[in-house]
Amino acid sequence: MVGRTLTRSQLSEAVYQEVGLSRSECSELLESVLSKVSETLTKGESVKISTFGTFSVRSKNRRIGRNPKTGEEVPILPRRVLVFRPSQVLKNRVSRHQVINNSVDENDHP
Amino acid sequence: MTKSELIAYLAEQNPHLYQRDVERIVTTVFDEITSALCRGDRVELRGFGAFSIKQRGSRIGRNPRTGEAVQVVAKSIPYFKTGKNLRAKLNN
Repeated sequence: MVGRTLTRSQLSEAVYQEVGLSRSECSELLESVLSKVSETLTKGESVKISTFGTFSVRSKNRRIGRNPKTGEEVPILPRRVLVFRPSQVLKNRVSRHQVINNSVDENDHP
Repeated sequence: MTKSELIAYLAEQNPHLYQRDVERIVTTVFDEITSALCRGDRVELRGFGAFSIKQRGSRIGRNPRTGEAVQVVAKSIPYFKTGKNLRAKLNN
């Protein structure tokens, strides 16, 4: 099963189909959603979207890494990373569909 | 920030829209990402990040209370990879 890749254009098209606004306004609104989420996370605050998941920022300490090619030790500086924790609802939806897809695969290749 | 706070912010920024429409817009965005993941598709939002599905094979798990071995079935889980732009912004 090779999936497609959706981008902003498909998401804003979906918004366009849902509400009676122009395409350009829909794409601007999608952009506002993404930039507001980004901005909030940049401030260090987490973003919780019910039934979807939680985006939060985690601080990492300095540690010694290694260049796998040369074996050279390099310090990895303290940094902030974004973590997405999918909600139980999203996890269930995704894994349920996968079970269906797997059973189809098994029937195709016994 | 919660989904309802996000909706309230967007409604405030767009006074010409009904709150109800803003709600539908935000819901549609996340529902559409969910449907894509359910189909096995990925969603790439340049600068923000990409949502995709990762496969987890079946494994022998253990009930932490009883120590009993249980078979954990193979499953797929949603995964998010932060985009370059957002990762840079978090550390500027």
